Amino acid sequence: MNESLFINIIIGISIASTPLIFAAIGELLVERSGVLNLGVEGMMIVGALLGFIVQFHTGNPFLAVVAALLGGMAISSIFAFLTQFLLTNQVATGLALTLFGLGFSAFAGRGYTEETIVLIKAVDIPVLSDIPFIGPLLFSMNPLVYLAFLMVYLVWWFLFRTKQGLILRSIGDNHDAAHAIGHNVVRYRFMAILFGGAMAGVGGAFLSLVQVPIWGEDMTAGRGWIALGLVVFASWQPFRIILGAILFGGITVLQLHAQGFDIRISAQYLSMLPYLATIIILVSLRIRLKNKTNRTVPNCLGRIFHSTS
Amino acid sequence: MSKGRFSSILKLSVLSTVLAFTSNVSADPVKAAFVYIGPTGDHGWTYAHDEGVKYAKEKLGDDVIMTTIENVAENSDSERVITSLARKNDIVFTTSFGYMNPTVKVAKRYPDVKFEHATGYMLEDNVSVYSARFYEGRHVIGKIAGRMTESNVIGYIASFPIPEVIRGINSAFLAAKSVNPDVQIKVVWVYSWYDPGKEADAANALIAQGADVLMQHTDSTAAMTVAEEKGIYAFGQASNMREWGPNAQLTGIINDWGPYYADRIAAVRDGTWSSSDTFAGVQQGMVKFAPMNNNMPTEVKNEAMKAIIDLSMGAIHPFTGPINKQDGSPWLAEGETPPNFPDLLTMDFYVEGIDSQYPN
Amino acid sequence: MIKLIPRVENSKAMILLSPLLALTLTALSALIIFIFILDDIKVSSVFFTLFVLPLTDSYLFPELLVKAAPLMIIGLGLSIGFRAGIWNIGAEGQYVIGGIAGGAVGLYFYNVEGFWLLPLMALAAIIGGMLYASIAAFLKIRYQVNEILVTLMLTYVAVLFLSAMLQGPLRNPAGFNFPESRIFHDSAMLPIIWGGTRLHVGFIIAIIISFVAWFGIKKHMFGMQIKISGSAPRAAKFAGFNDNKTVLYSLLISGGLAGLAGFFEASGPAGQLTPGLPQFYGFTAIIVAFLARLHPIGILFSSLLIALSYVGGEEVQIEYNLPSSITQIFQGMLLFYFLACDILIKYKVVLNKTKN
Repeated sequence: MNESLFINIIIGISIASTPLIFAAIGELLVERSGVLNLGVEGMMIVGALLGFIVQFHTGNPFLAVVAALLGGMAISSIFAFLTQFLLTNQVATGLALTLFGLGFSAFAGRGYTEETIVLIKAVDIPVLSDIPFIGPLLFSMNPLVYLAFLMVYLVWWFLFRTKQGLILRSIGDNHDAAHAIGHNVVRYRFMAILFGGAMAGVGGAFLSLVQVPIWGEDMTAGRGWIALGLVVFASWQPFRIILGAILFGGITVLQLHAQGFDIRISAQYLSMLPYLATIIILVSLRIRLKNKTNRTVPNCLGRIFHSTS
Repeated sequence: MSKGRFSSILKLSVLSTVLAFTSNVSADPVKAAFVYIGPTGDHGWTYAHDEGVKYAKEKLGDDVIMTTIENVAENSDSERVITSLARKNDIVFTTSFGYMNPTVKVAKRYPDVKFEHATGYMLEDNVSVYSARFYEGRHVIGKIAGRMTESNVIGYIASFPIPEVIRGINSAFLAAKSVNPDVQIKVVWVYSWYDPGKEADAANALIAQGADVLMQHTDSTAAMTVAEEKGIYAFGQASNMREWGPNAQLTGIINDWGPYYADRIAAVRDGTWSSSDTFAGVQQGMVKFAPMNNNMPTEVKNEAMKAIIDLSMGAIHPFTGPINKQDGSPWLAEGETPPNFPDLLTMDFYVEGIDSQYPN
Repeated sequence: MIKLIPRVENSKAMILLSPLLALTLTALSALIIFIFILDDIKVSSVFFTLFVLPLTDSYLFPELLVKAAPLMIIGLGLSIGFRAGIWNIGAEGQYVIGGIAGGAVGLYFYNVEGFWLLPLMALAAIIGGMLYASIAAFLKIRYQVNEILVTLMLTYVAVLFLSAMLQGPLRNPAGFNFPESRIFHDSAMLPIIWGGTRLHVGFIIAIIISFVAWFGIKKHMFGMQIKISGSAPRAAKFAGFNDNKTVLYSLLISGGLAGLAGFFEASGPAGQLTPGLPQFYGFTAIIVAFLARLHPIGILFSSLLIALSYVGGEEVQIEYNLPSSITQIFQGMLLFYFLACDILIKYKVVLNKTKN
């Protein structure tokens, strides 16, 4: 394999992984607070649409990303309101959110299927990008790729290095106890859900602003569900999201390359690989952790909280 | 008896309604309905059909009332949609292969309604089939690709291994090879008609593996945008995709269903419709081309134009022997061209020279 | 400020009133949307087409029942697992495998007549769905791997497997190499129970299963077990109920029923195996289950309601050229309102004027 092909594959993987990193890191924070939001797909597709629309009208990538962020947040607030104030079942509400998001975006985006935009381009970081091999590999990425990695770090830092992060985790583990010592469970969860929506929105917008300069209904094509899987895969540990997203994005991209190299397996079976690999990795992770109790699963995940006092 | 009188009045009024109805028939517009597999905004397959509908509407004006329904999945739901349409229309076009059995089932229940099924093979007294020889279009873009590639690698993004897609790959390869003996074709199957992200991933993978000209048999404009971005060449699929690749799009294969739709609906209006089997190509104008990009060398352009003219006069056939199958077994003898059935319509093999393994 | 006060006892009145309230709110929202997007078309006639026509039209009504049957069957299976807190999100995959298994048996005995063929196909489908779901059960019991993820991933795998089967062994040999199976022969097709329509015996079976499930949950020990495991896992363990058994049985039941639904679809309205077999019934059934608050008799109604939204949605698309996304928006809103209104069952909403 020559060098430029290798670099190309790596860039391909980074493009395929980044939407997953955004969506999954947002959902990770949400789940750490004890909330399971299955509406990731719906929030992503709304972000993809709004990012596209704003980029189309303003040509300003910064505004486009902000719009995607706000769009994801806005639609996640429906989920937040229903689950936190009206105490609805989170699984069902999340599914409804996905349906609603897909329908809403398809409807609202009808006028934009004929359009195209200027993509957000990769940037060469001066000097560093000139280093042979390492330069194009690490220092010539899309700004949003760097942002995704930064967000993973920030979520880790927030969860494990700040007081609020500690409170959020304690809420996720035992909301009654956290409430008893005076923490506002609903407010923390509400904020976490909005953050999750914002990240999913940006993740979706990555598809329509970086990967392809088009808008099409259903263009997230199931990536929201993959992001949900990644959170479990990562055992709710932020940095493992990167690993999982790269593995998943990597297998997706590599199976396309394998076809190009004519590796003799039926394409259908090759296409199954990312899904099977996720399961296998998950199991092997569990086997390794077998004798330890898993302390990372938020105990209150998906449970409804209502303060009685 | 009053009852008898009442019923005779009733009969009379029914009769007069019937009379009024029949006397209006000739002036009534033809009601035509179209079932689409995707959204009209896909800018591929469904978009092209919808353009055809618009053309027919413009041509026939008040003689026709059009109904379209998009995003109808190729499953048992489609039978209900087709039935609902059959109840209210004179002719129903079902524009994807997966509607074949539902269309035939509904046609049996509504013998007075005409049906037109695209890309299938089941004819009935009131069911026509129609399809286009897209492989003729592939022949032209194959010639261009063979000339324009510098890496001698053509990347092909394929959807599902069905005869239509296989015909396209073989035709493009043979044409490219005829002008460039060193050319190679790399096929990547994405198992989807429409997934912009995956189509873009596939395009990137093919480019990374050396392809500098892309062809696609999927519906979105994603691959075209990647080609534009990477500064390589591609061809529009089903419609003119120039907007997404002003430099990349060398030309495009355009599915022009409009005249066919106008003809068939007019035939219903005139009472001359009969079941038919249409497999039309460049000659009949069902396969057309987007304008040739000016960044192409003149001799390449001329060669492509000549191929188009030859096809439109029926002077050449993209599959003209001698052609062997991939495994080396003979398919067509010197000068031989294949019949529609079974060779073209059931094609399930690559021709000799294609390296990729046939998907099984 | 609005406050929620828990009721001492669930409000009986609200159990019935909250769905009506939710329906009213959905209808109102629909009205607002229609007024917003439709200029010159009569909103009332769109409403009629969407909500009433499928119930009164002699062709659409049986079609409504055809559409509801698989949702009912899968929804029932899922509701049992959901009660126990077992989240089988991938019923779609089990449905596909069931369809393949049942269909493969029918195709193997192609043109063989026999009363035994349909039961054999059904059995194959149920076992296929069960086995597929049991992968998730095994991984959950043995390795504590989350079943949401496994069932979901296996759905994608099942759909690709269907594609591989239709490209290979199950492909119609006379089908011009298109990825479709033969059309099943008559012995492999479900009997029609309403002449001239597509309404098949599967609908009756779905209703029978509803009542069996209702009875089972009410009376049977296993019903108790899953109920307690779901609402109070610790109490369940205390009472000696086996967690693993709950996981296994929940997934086997929901997988088996999803498989059966796949067979009903293939041998019923479809009449063959095609790549179009998966049609989101497995996911939609989750909504059906929740609209019904996981109650078997409720699922009878909620599956009809969702089926109505599909059939009516198609009709308004045809009549008024509205996009298909309208159906999804309505389904999403319907579920939002249903879930939201259910709070009135357990809580009293009071306006609290004094500051906290």
